[in-house]
This record gives sequence, C-alpha cells and structure tokens, in this order.
Amino acid sequence: MKRPLILLAITAASLWGQWGGEVRFCLRSDPKTFNPLLVEDEASETIRYLTGGVLLRVNRASQELQPELATSWKITQHGRAITFHLRSGVVFSDGTPFTADDVAYTVQALMDPKLHSPTGDAFRSAPGEVETRIQAQDRVTVVFPGPVAGLDRLFDQVAIISSKSAKKESAVLGPFVVGRYTPGTEIQLDRNPHYWKKDASGRHLPYLDSIHLDIQQNRDIELMRFTRGELHLINSIDPEMFNRLVKVEPATVHDAGPSLESEMLWFNQNPSAALPDYEKGWFRSQNFRRAISGAVNRNDICRVVYLGHAQPAAGPISPANRVWFNLKLQPHAFDLKDALARLHRDGFRMENGTLKDRDGHAVEFSLITNSGNKAREHMAAMIQQDLAAIGIKLNIVTLDFRSLIERISQSFRYEACLLGLTNYDLDPNALMNVWLSSAANHQWYPSQKSPATPWEAEIDRLMQAQAASVDLAKRKNYFDKVQEIVSEQAPFLYLVTKNSLSAVSPKLHNVQPAMIRPQTYWNAENLVLEPSQLAKNGR
Amino acid sequence: MRAIRKMALAILVLVFAASLCAGFLAPASYSVQFRNFVSSPACSRFWLGTDELGRDRWSRLLYGTRVSLILAPSAALVSTFLAVMVGGVAGFAGGLWDRVICRVIDLFLSLPWLFLFLIVRALLPLNASLLASVIVTFGIMGLVGWAPAARIIRVGAQSLRNSDLVLQARACGCHGLRLVLVHLAPSLKAVIFAQFWIAIPTFILGEASLGLIGLGVAEPLPSWGNLLRELTNPQAVTSNPWMLVPLAVIGIVVSCFQLLLPEREFAP
Repeated sequence: MKRPLILLAITAASLWGQWGGEVRFCLRSDPKTFNPLLVEDEASETIRYLTGGVLLRVNRASQELQPELATSWKITQHGRAITFHLRSGVVFSDGTPFTADDVAYTVQALMDPKLHSPTGDAFRSAPGEVETRIQAQDRVTVVFPGPVAGLDRLFDQVAIISSKSAKKESAVLGPFVVGRYTPGTEIQLDRNPHYWKKDASGRHLPYLDSIHLDIQQNRDIELMRFTRGELHLINSIDPEMFNRLVKVEPATVHDAGPSLESEMLWFNQNPSAALPDYEKGWFRSQNFRRAISGAVNRNDICRVVYLGHAQPAAGPISPANRVWFNLKLQPHAFDLKDALARLHRDGFRMENGTLKDRDGHAVEFSLITNSGNKAREHMAAMIQQDLAAIGIKLNIVTLDFRSLIERISQSFRYEACLLGLTNYDLDPNALMNVWLSSAANHQWYPSQKSPATPWEAEIDRLMQAQAASVDLAKRKNYFDKVQEIVSEQAPFLYLVTKNSLSAVSPKLHNVQPAMIRPQTYWNAENLVLEPSQLAKNGR
Repeated sequence: MRAIRKMALAILVLVFAASLCAGFLAPASYSVQFRNFVSSPACSRFWLGTDELGRDRWSRLLYGTRVSLILAPSAALVSTFLAVMVGGVAGFAGGLWDRVICRVIDLFLSLPWLFLFLIVRALLPLNASLLASVIVTFGIMGLVGWAPAARIIRVGAQSLRNSDLVLQARACGCHGLRLVLVHLAPSLKAVIFAQFWIAIPTFILGEASLGLIGLGVAEPLPSWGNLLRELTNPQAVTSNPWMLVPLAVIGIVVSCFQLLLPEREFAP
C-alpha cells in the first residue's frame, strides 16, 4: 500500500513541480504540551503526529500497520515482547544519529510511573518493570511484564525521542519541526531537513516548506477563512458547515464515510443510585432497554440532525474499524409494535396514552446531556417525540459538562444520559476500561466488585481472553461475541455513527481523506501545493 | 410623544394578546416535529417556515412570546421591589447603613452570575417541570438583577432625606414606615417606574443570552432566547430571512417598553 502512495506523490510532484510552499490550517486550542510522551489533547496530538517519528505507523487509509523507523518487527513470548529492526542512516532534526539507545530511552521514559504518560497507560497490562534489551545498534527488544494485546499497533502513538541530543524532545524524527510558537495565536512547523523519507529522485521529503497552524476556536471564522482561501484544510467539520460548503465550493468537501465517533444513550443501573426501586427495575430490564432502543428512529436522527452524514449505529465498534467491526450486527430496527410487545412482556400497559408499569407508575424519566451541543440537544428532542409515541414522558436536561460528569461518575444522580464516544484506538484492548464490569468507565454501573449479571460476567471473560491472546483470529472471535452480547442486552443504546467530514482546498494535492484521525494530513510529507499557491507564499 | 406612547402600548397589548391566544392562533404545538419538512421555507402551511427539527416557527414564536412576556415583567417586579427596599434604606438611613449596603450593591454588580445559573441548573431536580425551570430562570434573574436599580434609587432617596418635604413631615411628627410610604415613596415613583420598565427588556435579553449558551428555558419549550439560537448560522439567515422575525419582534417589544417610560425621564 505504501508503494502506490509514494508513486502517487511522485506523480503529483512531477505534474505540478511544486516543492515548497506553506499549508495553513487551524487548531482549536493551544497544545498543552510539546512533549510527545505527555500528549492527551487534540492539539498536542497534531503536533506529535506532524513532528514525531514512530517505529510503526497505522496507515489511515488502509488501516494496516506499516514500517517506519523500524524496518521489521516480531512479537514474541505470547505478546510480552517485541523486537524491532531499526532503519539505518536516520538522524534527528538536530543531526544526532538515531539508534537502538533512543528506542530504549523512549520506552523507559514512556513507562516511568513518575512521568504519568497517557500514551504509556495503554502498555500497562500487568504490574512490573519494562525491560529493554539492545542487541545491536539497529536491533532492540522490549519486554513487558505481561502480555499486551495489539502491542505493535500501540507503537503508532509513540514518538521516539533522542537519548543524546541536548535539545531533548525538540529533536524529532518526523517530517516537520516546531519553528515558532506564539501562545494563543499560531504555531509554525518547518521542514525537517534531516527527515529520512525520500522521493524517487532521492530528495528528502516533505514537499512542503512549512505548515502554519492558526489557533482558532471559532468554527465559523475558520470556515470563512477557508472559503476566502486563507486556509487549505479543515480536518473535521460538522454536517451543517459541510452542507454550507457544498453549496459554494462543492469540490472542497469530503465525506469519508463512518468515522470512529458514535452517539449513545444509557440508563443508570447502579443499585446505589438515589432512584425509586421501580425505576431501577425498569432500567435493569433488557426488554425495557430494547423497547426504548426500538422506539428511537435512528434513520430520522441521521437525516434530520446529521443531514444525512451519519449512519444508524449497530454497536460499540464503528464500521470504520474494518478489522474489529462485527459484520453480523445490524442497528436495532425502528419498530413501535415490537417495542410495545417487549414492554407488555414486562407488565407495562398503555392507559389513556400513558405507559404505566405493572404497579401503575407512569413511565417518565429524564435524559441528561451536555449543554451547548446542538446536535445532542436536537437528538434528545427527537427521542422525546419518539418515546411519546409509546406513552413515555421524557424530560430533557442540559447540564454543563462538569456537572454532567459529576452525576454520571460520582453521585449517580441521573436516570439516563446521552453522550458521544470516540475510539481513537482501533484495538478493543483500549476499551477494557469500558467493558470490564470492574472498570470506572463501565458507565451504566461502574466499578462493580463482582459482575452484576451473567452477561456482564461473560463480557468480562471474553475481554480478558482477547487481551491475553496474540492470535488475531481468536481475539476477533472473542470480541465479536462481546459485540453481540452488547447488541442483545443493550446496556448502551448506540444511536448513530457520525461520518468523517473534512474540507480540503483543491489547490492542495495528494490528500486522501480518511475516517481515522488525522483525517486529512495523515500523509503530510506527501502533500503538495499548486504552483499558484507557492507564488502566494512568496516563493 | 404621547401618540408614540399610545402606539407602543397598543403594540404591546397586541403582542401580549396574540401570545395569550397562542392555543387558538398557533397551527401546531410548539414541540411537534414535522420531520419531512425540516428547515422548510415560509409557505402557506408554515408561515415562518420550520426550524432544524421541522417545528413550526410561527407556533413557537407565539408560545415563546407568552413565556418571555409573562415572566420578564414578573422578574422585573421582583428586582424593582428589592431595589426599592435596599436602595431606599441605604439612601434614607445614611451613615453606616449606607456604606454597608453600597458595598453589598458593588459586590452584586461585580459577581459573575452566570455561575449561579450553572449551579442552580445542576441542583434543580432532573424531572422538574418545564414551567418550574422557566420560573427558576426568571426568578434568579429577578433576585440577582436588583443592584443597578438599587444604586439609582439610593441616590434619589438620599437627595430627599434632607429635603424640605421630609423636614416638614418630620416636624409634623411623621416618622418611620409612614414617612417612607406616604412621603418618600410617592416622590420616587417616577424613578421606580423607570427602573421597572428598563428591567423588563434587560431580562428579556438576559434570557435570550442564556438561551444562546444552552441555559435558560429548557427544550422543547420555546422562548425568545432559544428562538434566537437559530441566528447563529449566518448563512441560513441570509437565505431564510423569515428567521429574523423573532429578532424583529424582540426589537419591537423592547423598543415599546422603552417608549413607555414616563416622559419626564426623557426631559433634560
């Protein structure tokens, strides 16, 4: 896959003859850190992606793992160890040579408990020390205390830092280096003159001289600047803006299909929640949850709220995740008859247009979501009307994000919640903190001492089994079963999977919008500007 | 000037009456979603078009006007009453009372009350009715919005404290509450009315601002605040100018309230 991409880039370069130039786009906020090991926000992640060199890279288009600074790799000891053969002749941006020492240094820093690296958390499968063995200057083995599922793919997030450079993490191996940073205003990334990738003529990539990142929170201003030609891309835009652009500049917008972002609803099943017992009974009932799911018209939500740029969601994994998505799953169908039949099975009945449980309590509950998120507020309003059709009164409450998090994770003073989920990592191992019943993010009933239901116990077993296996087929099989149980039991009612929408100037070439972040500039070293843009940049 | 005031009053009565008759005048409920007519332009069925969820904008405007027009004057009444009490005591009592109350007024003017809305929204029972949430929103505005008016009323009371009118009343043996109610309050009537009329549009626009950031009146109940949220999409407004009708109504109503101010308030 890599070779055709390089060929495409070379072809594009020869067509337009465009070495140089500056691409401009916006970050929503200042990066919180320039240390690649401490990245946890989107802006810092962008800087890490554009400046950091990694051993292995997930190709955003094919989702396959590709060699970068490591020419080959091998996982051994049942997923506990990984050996990398490193590319020779590579140097950091300050000229310091890249060796196995740097890999060992980076891994040790990453796993240092004092650093609290969010990237390192994904590697912590068991207590104990990480061992790094340097067999040669181009060969290093990293041994973890326990098996790490999807170990090789996790290295996509690990930017190698120099063990010897005086510039520390400022010395990078990626296509760009941080040239200038004005807090709150802009970041200038300059070409890394020592970047290891070359084009067919032997010239060092990237094609671009620089990338200029404006820090801009206001999305309307960002869109206006894009339409004026002041920006070359918008990495992620909402459906409304997408449709606005379709009317004025249809050639610039890209809908790459389902993304990794989905919206979901769940009921509070925590037994310690301050809710009446009869309500807890509703929420614990599979029939009740499935009835609510079947009463929500997902197609309408996709059409009205997302203007057609979303798909009804079938489960926890987006169809964008080609490896792990269970193709057997279908979204719960909108079927009011089936919904009412399920409710009747649990003793619910309709009385004068109001649904009542077997003890005569009218079915009414609140749905919380975060204020200021127009799409969620609209979705909640649509669900409200849908549920009214089966006699359920839904009260919508919008809360500021902090209050909402406090309610769903500490006080549990809520009945149902509508929120979104973004899987940044394709591997299900990253979802352990959601699916294990003991996990803090097991939102419907977090931090259970022992699984509350047999099906949660089964999910625990399957998740642990997939995490302990290095056989991809077996892991897939285990995780497929998890997805099937989740779809059947509906602890989360998955509503929609949003499409990956982006806008790219026609003057920027070689862009291949993907559904995984960073959607538009994942192949930044191959991006090429038209000659007219070079002149604009003063070249 | 008198004719303009009459016209303003007539417009306000008309708007108020229309909102009270929303049940008869509105062709649909404010919450019904016509999902096959989302963002529909103005037509014979939907006079002002539909919003992003397909809800009839004309019906929502009528019901929203009712919410804002009933509750904003109520909140203004509460805040003006508090302002008279606090400002009147500070201005008439003077001395230590005046200094302490002035500091309290300064404190109220300087505190960011948006956080109070966030806190109250978080503390409100989740299944509170829509009416309760609306009353709480305007109630808070009334309870925290008295400080600017209190400062003005204090100055008025202060100027009257040593006036011949009050000295004569005191000389005749009139003291305490009787002095305040019979002699002082009628003399401040014009200022108090002015503050009341000014507070109404302030609260209307305040609720509109809260609506813009997702606070204020809860969905699906309409208010002028959440009707204005649609205007955050400038391109949609350009191609659908009827979206500006709620803004125009707010502008007209606020202007009418300003025109109702007693004439002497405009005099140099």
